[in-house]
Amino acid sequence: MAASKGLKILVGCKRVIDYAVKVRVKPDRSGVVTEGVKHSMNPFDEIAVEEAVRMKEKKLAGEAVAISVGPPQSQETLRTALAMGIDRAIHVEIPLAQLEKLQPIHVSKLLAKVCESEKPDLVILGKQAIDDDCNQTGQMLAALLDWPQATFASKIEPSQTIDVSVPAVVTSDLRLNEPRYATLPNIMKAKKKPLAKMSPDQLGVDLQPRQEVISVEDPPVRKAGAKVESVEDLVGKLREKGLVK
Amino acid sequence: MLSSSRAALVAAAAKLPRLVTRYGYCTTAAGERQQQKPLSPKITTHPTRNDRAKDPRWKDIDMTRAADEADVVIVGGGPAGLSAACRLAQLNAEKGTEMRIVVLEKASSVGAHIMSGACLDPKGLVELFPDWQERGAPLHTPVTGDKFYMLTEKRAIPLPLLPGMPMHNHGNYIVRLGNVVAWLGEQAESLGVEVYPGVAAAEVLYTEDGSAVKGVATNDVGIAKDGSPKDSFERGMEFHCKQLIIAEGTHGHLAKHLINRYDLRAGREPQTYGIGFKELWELSEDRWRPGYVEHGVGWPLDSGTYGGYFIYHLNEGSPLAAVGFVVGLDYSNPYLSPFHEFQQFKHHPHVAAALTGGKRIGYGARALNEGGVQSLPKLTFPGGCLVGCTAGMINVPKVKGTHNAMKSGSLAAEAVHEAIGSGEIEPATYEEALRNSWVYKELHSVRNIRPSFHLLNGRLGMFGGMAYTGAVWYFTRGREPWTFSHGGTDHEKLLPAKDCKPKDYPKPDNVLSFDLLSSVALTSTNHDHDQPPHLTLYDDSVPGQVNLSVYDGPEQRFCPAGVYEYVELDDGSKRLQINAQNCIHCKTCDIKDPTQNINWVTPQGGEGPAYNGILIMTTELQKSPQVDMKGFLLRYETFKGRSGWKKRWAVLCDFCLYLYKEQTSKECFYALLLPNSRVTQSHDSSGQYRSSI
Repeated sequence: MAASKGLKILVGCKRVIDYAVKVRVKPDRSGVVTEGVKHSMNPFDEIAVEEAVRMKEKKLAGEAVAISVGPPQSQETLRTALAMGIDRAIHVEIPLAQLEKLQPIHVSKLLAKVCESEKPDLVILGKQAIDDDCNQTGQMLAALLDWPQATFASKIEPSQTIDVSVPAVVTSDLRLNEPRYATLPNIMKAKKKPLAKMSPDQLGVDLQPRQEVISVEDPPVRKAGAKVESVEDLVGKLREKGLVK
Repeated sequence: MLSSSRAALVAAAAKLPRLVTRYGYCTTAAGERQQQKPLSPKITTHPTRNDRAKDPRWKDIDMTRAADEADVVIVGGGPAGLSAACRLAQLNAEKGTEMRIVVLEKASSVGAHIMSGACLDPKGLVELFPDWQERGAPLHTPVTGDKFYMLTEKRAIPLPLLPGMPMHNHGNYIVRLGNVVAWLGEQAESLGVEVYPGVAAAEVLYTEDGSAVKGVATNDVGIAKDGSPKDSFERGMEFHCKQLIIAEGTHGHLAKHLINRYDLRAGREPQTYGIGFKELWELSEDRWRPGYVEHGVGWPLDSGTYGGYFIYHLNEGSPLAAVGFVVGLDYSNPYLSPFHEFQQFKHHPHVAAALTGGKRIGYGARALNEGGVQSLPKLTFPGGCLVGCTAGMINVPKVKGTHNAMKSGSLAAEAVHEAIGSGEIEPATYEEALRNSWVYKELHSVRNIRPSFHLLNGRLGMFGGMAYTGAVWYFTRGREPWTFSHGGTDHEKLLPAKDCKPKDYPKPDNVLSFDLLSSVALTSTNHDHDQPPHLTLYDDSVPGQVNLSVYDGPEQRFCPAGVYEYVELDDGSKRLQINAQNCIHCKTCDIKDPTQNINWVTPQGGEGPAYNGILIMTTELQKSPQVDMKGFLLRYETFKGRSGWKKRWAVLCDFCLYLYKEQTSKECFYALLLPNSRVTQSHDSSGQYRSSI
């Protein structure tokens, strides 16, 4: 890697249900309602994209590529990344039927395959997706590639003594930065940036689910608490519940 | 005109010393400096009320804006705006002209700010897209039954619905309107229109001499809550256009500005409004009657408060119904809370019967216009025009305005196309075209129904209105030579709190009725918290001085999202707190504020509610295997001795052809096994697709 060219960064983005949306469990309890619901880029991935763009602006990185594994609508998420300053995007399209069964193990395998051809110096992922909260993809990817990993990064900078040698996988935490807005002039420019499509078959990854979702339920309704006036009352109540002998 | 007492109050508010500096000094009439408690902490930090040119924090910020050129810019991607866009694109294709058409929509996606669950008259759609069915427009629920009720506290009295009455709904469709709008957006894009959701038009731009409109500027981003620039600050961009079409919906903020600037209401009545609530309910299957439409008036609204309800049973696979409630904003009691009236209404035995066992899955609210022809402003101005609800075209007794909005959009497009072709600044032919169209004819015929509510000074209220409709209107159909007036603006009709009785609303039971905050959560509304509140006040001191002391802070009650709160400070005084994050962009505050001190401006693009209007296909289809082909099929059938080609819905799947009576039928009536067959397509001279098996 020539020092003058700068690092090549691969950034992962996931299209998830917007964090402000009130999520509803499907009547058949197999998952949550996603149709017609507002989606946006995973907030931690926005931070990852912002970090990559900042590194480009600081001339630490030469090229930033965004990748998303998901349904056709993930293209919108990639367009937002392009509008924030990413150079080009790769979309690994997952057919709707397999989407619900997609797990971090599959995503990390797909990303690993892409890393083999793209050969990035640094992969930045969000630390976790807000829909499944798995917090696994970054770690799994590093293991598959046998690269060092630095998770929950709250600051990324080059230093004389390199703590993590590139190529490496980094996952971004909340305090890393505040992402910029994708403004209209940039959105219009992003339409012309390249967006490549791939399928899991092309990458030779099988998407057999390893887990099965048995049921999804609403969290139990919080029962009202009771206020006690004194310590004796408290102990009495605990005794009633059989929690204290 | 404002009554003398109200005028005195507003005049008094205007005289409040404005010379209070940050440190609380003010100059009295005698020119002495006196220390005073700050009259109110600063509430409004928005740049529209605080000139950044004079603000030292903005000294070094580059405020230049990038500019782009388009032929037509349309603000608002709703039924009116998108119809205008589609019609313009169609005209270009017909006449061989080329135009760049840009639609700016503040919601994050087209349709997200549209409240779903409407009863649509397909007239406007059919004229725009005669082939709407083939194009897949999501009109799936034709109205199958129609009833009108008068509710008393315990009973529901059915009233006759005769054909010809505006509430008669034969031929209409129950739709999820956000759905239809999203589909319209797709049609527009396929016709070459550039549609940009997530972009709010924040400012109108004028030519050098200020006489004509030359375009709009989109919102800036990255301004902190206190009005200072953040690192992420970026200026909006400008669109310069030949014609600007404003399609912001009821009481749009740019429309408000343009109406004032060009005095478009001169010689016409001011607009009057209602607030409409809508909840989406998943009913228990045994109470679901797909295609059934019910309207009604009465309890719990008192006879002096205009309003009514509707319940539309959708037929899109799952047992969904839209429950709506409208309260006229010309009510006089500042203690009235439209939200709580709505929640209370659901407890009426007749309504509870339909909803029991069901689950509420959606909530939304929006102001709607009720002024009709009397309140239509002048529709054109140099450089553009107003379409749809922004001008105000709802047929109030029919509770429908979408068809008028779409037609007005089409007519505006024709006028705009002509104006650009001839180089005219103002698309003047639009207004005449609208007056000659069925939109005006319809609005003219029902013009007296809403104001008849005020007959005899409102003493008869709803009874007066209904009596007029049944006794006079049914026979004259609007041909009566008189036109009732609305009697002034809605905000003027609010009485001081001391003249009114406080209202005691029952607590929600969380089964049928709910509290405000959990309702707002269902809208999934959100705004970046670190931005200046977009609910701006012309004068920060007025809420405390007038709204609270005279009217007991009615904004805490009429806002359907809990944006306005009077919080108590340590010294016992109350201060207005604006929770801008809750806002669902309904515009009621801008309309009903008795001092007209609130000015709603657009927040950053992409924010606000996220109403789910997009079609959920029947769950059976979701679980079914991959469908090879589906569409309409003509089948030669014989029924009761008569033969003919009948249009049926066909689904080809797994070498079997299933035929359904209607596209929405749940069960097929005919199936044909086709093993070892291939489907080939051939065109014949008539251009129809023919598939041979």
